[in-house]
Amino acid sequence: MAALPALWKWLAGAAGVAALCGVGFLLVIQPRGLTEERILGFPAGDAARGETVFWASGCASCHAAPGAKDDAKLLLAGGLELKTDFGTFVAPNISPSPRGIGGWGFRDFANAMLKGTSPEMAHYYPSFPYGSYARMTDQDIADLWEFMRALPQSDNVPPPNALNFPFSIRMGVGVWKALYLDTAPRVAVDTADAKLARGQYLVEGPGHCGECHTPRDAMGGFISGQWLAGGDNPDGEGRIPNITPGAKDVGAWSESEIVDYLATGFTPEFDSVGGSMVSVQQNMARLPKSDLEAIAAYLKAVPAVSQ
Amino acid sequence: MKRTITAITLAATAIFATVAIAAEPQELRQEAMKQVGGATGVLSKMAKGETPFDAAAAVAAFTTMNTVAKTYADLFPVGSETGFETEAKPEIWANMDDFKAKVAKFEADTAAAAAMTFADAGAVGAAFGTVAANCKACHEVYRVAK
Repeated sequence: MAALPALWKWLAGAAGVAALCGVGFLLVIQPRGLTEERILGFPAGDAARGETVFWASGCASCHAAPGAKDDAKLLLAGGLELKTDFGTFVAPNISPSPRGIGGWGFRDFANAMLKGTSPEMAHYYPSFPYGSYARMTDQDIADLWEFMRALPQSDNVPPPNALNFPFSIRMGVGVWKALYLDTAPRVAVDTADAKLARGQYLVEGPGHCGECHTPRDAMGGFISGQWLAGGDNPDGEGRIPNITPGAKDVGAWSESEIVDYLATGFTPEFDSVGGSMVSVQQNMARLPKSDLEAIAAYLKAVPAVSQ
Repeated sequence: MKRTITAITLAATAIFATVAIAAEPQELRQEAMKQVGGATGVLSKMAKGETPFDAAAAVAAFTTMNTVAKTYADLFPVGSETGFETEAKPEIWANMDDFKAKVAKFEADTAAAAAMTFADAGAVGAAFGTVAANCKACHEVYRVAK
């Protein structure tokens, strides 16, 4: 009989531990914003510099209306559908209208870009590539904000996401963030070389190249040791190519051939860019040549992964 | 069906008189695009100054593209959607009118360029830019990611 109170005690203890774990878990997966001190520490932004950040970050590729060309890319009306294994994501309106981000302050913008957290303190899905944007400098975030808040307004209201269970539970994104959201370098390169450092920043940060070019596990995290090694097209048929030096095709390209490809959209064999890379290449073509050279240098410096 | 086969045969003959045996549409498309790629190389290198300016070579390259464009849309008969490592997306057959319109624009732009008299590499580059926009416009929506 003496064993019974002990058992109860043990059960009570276990329940307590479980409850604490539960609370701890909920705390871990809670949406977070930047601290007040952090927000106050941002530098003043500049819209002209922000335009370069805008093209480097590829915002228009998903947030402009599908098929938009040239200046129409500046109208960030949303509506593009990304049909993925997790369900269909629909890019929202992020133009500075009341239907978009018109009511936002800088704090809301910085929280979205660096923490993946909405003004209502909800998680964004990482289809919005804040997992990469979290690596952006405060200056670039501030400059981009100044540029984007001055863009034309759209009153478009795109349909909501249509995600599969359990990915439809937004709180679950907190687990993804706890596992995968950080600002550590994806790979080690010689950052004493200013060109390589710039390339690493552009590719791993605003350029968010790895979001398509790196294979993911079932939880949506990048598979370790496979940085930029290509993978299934997250949004349809075909393969996203391996762009490491170990790649069958791109691996053989010289730095200047990579620069030419990003500037003109033609491969060294004079095949043209295709699929969703068309829009990416058109963004890249707007960057200074020095940035394209930095990207090419970095792509030659990342670990070679053969397919 | 017979008409399609005739069209393909004509296209095949036009694109490579040198190929004696009948090939699958998928293979003919790939060969046609290789020809366009070759012409693109000539024009791109000339425009960038990597090769000397040669007005006749530029016109020849645009003409090669135009010859391909004239019959290219005929190389997509129903039944050639898959196989032979085709990179054509099923959207081509779902939007055949738009696909044909895009090929027609490529044909018109290459015809206009082939009819030009080029004074220097800059003029070749400008004409090439107009023509090259067609590559991306079609590949963006009608070719699988690779």
